[in-house]
Amino acid sequence: MIVAERKPFDEIKNMVSGYKKVLTVGCGTCVAVCLAGGSKEVETLNAELNLSFGKDGPEFGSDTVERQCDMEFLAALDATVGGYDALISMACGAGIQFLAERFPDKPVFPAVNTAFIGVNLDVGWYEEKCRACGSCVLGMTGGVCPVTLCAKSLFNGPCGGTNQGSCEINKDQPCAWHQIHGRLADQGRLEQIIEISPPNDWRNQKPRKVIQPGYGERVKSQGQ
Amino acid sequence: MKSGSNLERILKAGHFAFTGEVGPPRGANVEALREKVAHLKGNVDMANITDNQTAMVRMSSWAAAMICMEEGVEPNFQMVCRDRNRLAMQADILGVYAHGIRNMLCLSGDHQQFGDHPQSKGVFDLDSMQLIGMVKKMRDEGKFLGGADIDVPPELFIGAAANPFAEPFEWRVHRLAKKVAAGADFIQTQCVFNMERIRAWVAQANDMGLTDRVAILPGITPMKSVGMAKYMKNKVPGMDVPDEIIKRLQGVDKKKVADEGIRIACEQIEEFKEMKGVAGVHLMAIEWEHKVPEIAERAGVLPRPEV
Repeated sequence: MIVAERKPFDEIKNMVSGYKKVLTVGCGTCVAVCLAGGSKEVETLNAELNLSFGKDGPEFGSDTVERQCDMEFLAALDATVGGYDALISMACGAGIQFLAERFPDKPVFPAVNTAFIGVNLDVGWYEEKCRACGSCVLGMTGGVCPVTLCAKSLFNGPCGGTNQGSCEINKDQPCAWHQIHGRLADQGRLEQIIEISPPNDWRNQKPRKVIQPGYGERVKSQGQ
Repeated sequence: MKSGSNLERILKAGHFAFTGEVGPPRGANVEALREKVAHLKGNVDMANITDNQTAMVRMSSWAAAMICMEEGVEPNFQMVCRDRNRLAMQADILGVYAHGIRNMLCLSGDHQQFGDHPQSKGVFDLDSMQLIGMVKKMRDEGKFLGGADIDVPPELFIGAAANPFAEPFEWRVHRLAKKVAAGADFIQTQCVFNMERIRAWVAQANDMGLTDRVAILPGITPMKSVGMAKYMKNKVPGMDVPDEIIKRLQGVDKKKVADEGIRIACEQIEEFKEMKGVAGVHLMAIEWEHKVPEIAERAGVLPRPEV
């Protein structure tokens, strides 16, 4: 899932001060699961804003849609948004942009920082796992991502800074290549990393689109 | 001859190579740089010029390498993967060759978090293995990484680093093999203090036939003080300092510690001169360049051969 963290309160407050009616929009999917931007967090943020601005501040409304990254769900806001002069989005960066695209005449402010694609380690505890590089090598690396979990994104590690199983940046950060070696050795698959891994084709250096096989005609018919 | 560099000629003639190292200044202090280089002149076959070492901004390694060359010491231009993408790397490789530089060392580079600009974006477009392969492709095939022909390819002697001490130990020789397969002509290792480990690693390299294909130069760093030895043992990732080294330094009179450090270094060099599969040593006298003439003298590597 996409993991996000709420922005510092003062940063959010500064963005919306000066507006009269502000709608805070939550998202019911990833950011709700990671406790950053679901309906509960929307209510908490609005309560804090109301308390901090006092009675002369903006009036805050709230609404949470299933997914802000889906136009179908954003349509549910069409009737409401007209009554507000600014929006706060608590979705990830994708949701925030789609909300802004749906209501281009309204200023949209982010209330969260989108952190990463990651996993749930425990309640409130998440870890980054994927950088969406566009050319997955997990089959070669024993299911440990060198792009994300090696601080230098090496394809032929470990580097000389590997430190008894830890990364040179931090004793608490495991060395990804130490893990890759360990897992492949246990599986008897070290031959996977004996060959030199060639320079990567970085596919995340420009805006990307995915059209799944069989959907090309449909996309064309929509004039895209 | 791949490059015709002094180091390549020394190795080809079968001499025991002796290389040094100079860190460029934290500024444009050319005089300070010239002074450091002067201590190495005539005492080493080549001097490594570090590239923003420990991720601190310094005079660029190619510029400092050219000043080093003006002072009569052959430079080894270091390049890390942290600060340049493949376009900038290839441009600088052509640039240094055009100016007469003939050796280069391909490194990953310390993570930017360690340096004076921890907020910076680490590039790591290529890793050190891929960089070695790219320089070899440019030299031997006359082609850029992208495949286009190079109009006058850069003929460089290609160096790489190895850390024989990092875990997992059994993987280290395979990583060396990958660097040799990628195209490394010579290897300079992490500072050696654990002789037992390096003996085992060189023996493995011999068994795999790697030492016939690459010149191995173990790294030598004389300890200046007990504090330095403890710092390197406890604080520097990837460094393996056995307790005997610290005990030995502690065992001599305070005024004699630095001398004992040099004595240990010289003993190591003596052993490497005799070790099968070792082609020379690389002396990293960190901020101790003025001691290089004395160390070279005591290590019995002078005069340097002219080839």
